Amino acid sequence: MIGAGPAGLAAALAAAARGIRVTVIDSGTEAGGQFYRRPAAEFGARRPQALHHQWRTWERLRDALARQVRLGLITHLTDHHVWLVERQSGSPTVHALRGPLQEEPVTVRADALVLATGGYEKVLPFPGWTLPGVVTAGGAQAMLKGGLVLPGRVAVVAGTGPLLLPVAAGLAAAGAEVAALVDSAVPKHFLRHGGRFAAHPAKLLEGARYAAELARHRIRVAAHHTVTAAHGEDRLEFVTVAALDADGRVRPGTERRIPCDTLAVGHGLLPHTDLAETLGCRLDGTRVHVDDEQRTDVPGVWAAGEITGIGGAALSLAEGHIAGRSVAARLRGREPDRGEWSPAARSRDTARDFATLLDAVYAPPAHWAELITDDTVVCRCEEVTGGAVRAAVGLGAGDLRTVKLLTRAGMGWCQGRMCAPAVAGLTGCRLEPSRRPFARPVPLGVLAQDPDHPSASEPKGRLDTDTGAPEANRAPSKGDTP
Amino acid sequence: MNPYRLVRARPEPAFTVTFDGREIEALPGQTVAAALWSAGVTAWRTTRGEGRPRGVFCGIGVCFDCLVTVNDRANTRACLVPVRPGDTIRTQDGIGHEG
Ligand SMILES: Cc1cc2nc3c(=O)[nH]c(=O)nc-3n(C[C@H](O)[C@H](O)[C@H](O)COP(=O)(O)OP(=O)(O)OC[C@H]3O[C@@H](n4cnc5c(N)ncnc54)[C@H](O)[C@@H]3O)c2cc1C
Ligand code: FES
Repeated sequence: MIGAGPAGLAAALAAAARGIRVTVIDSGTEAGGQFYRRPAAEFGARRPQALHHQWRTWERLRDALARQVRLGLITHLTDHHVWLVERQSGSPTVHALRGPLQEEPVTVRADALVLATGGYEKVLPFPGWTLPGVVTAGGAQAMLKGGLVLPGRVAVVAGTGPLLLPVAAGLAAAGAEVAALVDSAVPKHFLRHGGRFAAHPAKLLEGARYAAELARHRIRVAAHHTVTAAHGEDRLEFVTVAALDADGRVRPGTERRIPCDTLAVGHGLLPHTDLAETLGCRLDGTRVHVDDEQRTDVPGVWAAGEITGIGGAALSLAEGHIAGRSVAARLRGREPDRGEWSPAARSRDTARDFATLLDAVYAPPAHWAELITDDTVVCRCEEVTGGAVRAAVGLGAGDLRTVKLLTRAGMGWCQGRMCAPAVAGLTGCRLEPSRRPFARPVPLGVLAQDPDHPSASEPKGRLDTDTGAPEANRAPSKGDTP
Repeated sequence: MNPYRLVRARPEPAFTVTFDGREIEALPGQTVAAALWSAGVTAWRTTRGEGRPRGVFCGIGVCFDCLVTVNDRANTRACLVPVRPGDTIRTQDGIGHEG
């Protein structure tokens, strides 16, 4: 199992409970993934649940994991950064780099592989979004949950999506002044789908709880508004917020300034599909395609959680559970009995239905790209501006790869993870998988050293190296160009 | 309220590290980024092209905006790497080469 978030843990526990020996690999130092990220033990937190929801579920996962680790059925490899998964003679083989500096190569072979790599945040650019003090909403949450730190004293939380609620509530509970929660979603759209929302009473209750938390902290909610720019010299000093019109354009004259030292901004999540892509798994748009057992179309490879579509921790748990049971049956050569997991399948259906409902109501402003001026940086790594990207379209670039070749947008360290949605939106290109050969930058020394890696001596071997190889082959330890 | 009070943390004793030669306090369990934020520092890199300041953006190791030089090692992701007693942390200019 790659990923020790809700999906990977549920899969590992379901398989181990059926006698399968499982190795869970995660880059984090602790299990839990994004949802159950906790402060390191050295902080001696006696009430970590104060920053969490569904803590009971975590306690159950944590205790079951500890039990299976004691019994020797689960091995949990922490601080292992997977950079490549491949099939060697039909068996999934995982290559990871161990340690915070990611230098020590580790290889794990398995009969079955579950990809549970979760997602990462999408942020659409606007002028000033590269200023220090502007962070992703999930990033602010991750730094708070894991490191018990706040980026500043006065925060604006903005963008769109359900993640903004726990982020605003978390920052406020931890002592930040949250000056506003700015969401581009249109309140009317929630009412329009009122009937479908009514089918999710537990979620409505959760929403009501967040509303109460926001009210308790006196957080102003600006719905159908957007941040149009972040301002400051060398760090964020204030943001401009404006109302949107019915077409999703900024309503002239409604702009106002909100002083703040932190902007936590996000426009939803994207599935983390890099490993699945190199394995050749079929994608549906930006998510990994799976069948009703959570199998991908590559034999021996399952996928569960946000990698198959964004839907929150409960969906990840249900998918992981089903994947783990399917793995256990299939490894014994049996057709799984779907009836055994029908409660999980029902939660999966409910959660997926709720996720599509949220997708229908939470959306970035239709004309967000108009906020990007010609000198707004779009690709943060290579500092490629909106003007340069538009010029590439003028030259006839019709897909992300061509835009990248013409402008370098997407060629930096993050390999386009941050800028691809924006470049796609600006150019009208489809947001498509970028076919990165490696999920992480790999020191050249490791490629040369790894005896198990077939392409070690010929990095252009059977891997698709046509688009990202130069940056993937960069050696961070050698101080190479980012 | 602050995050430590909220979760009733009882951190282990602090140690010192330096950031651009200045001593700052850090706590066991913190990442380099968390230690810098606690010391009020939000930028520790300047970009190669425009020389603009950067710090944490994604907070989870995906964006590479938080690159910093730790103990002479450039291009370290501050949001992932734990801070250690005596660390020498330096602002990384551009690609992290000296001179
Ligand atoms: C930054 C961030 C913060 C979030 N905060 C919240 C929140 O506060 N509340 C909320 O309801 N939802 C939050 N979410 C949404 C959250 O993703 C889901 O609720 C839930 O955690 C999804 O579970 P999962 O198991 O599918 O993935 P995740 O929990 O994301 O777990 C995936 C795991 O895979 C590991 N991984 C990925 N790639 C590799 C690799 N190449 N090598 C090794 N390990 C790898 C990651 O380290 C991670 O631990 C957040 C999302 C993000 C991105
Ligand atoms: S903040 Fe994005 S990688 Fe560290």
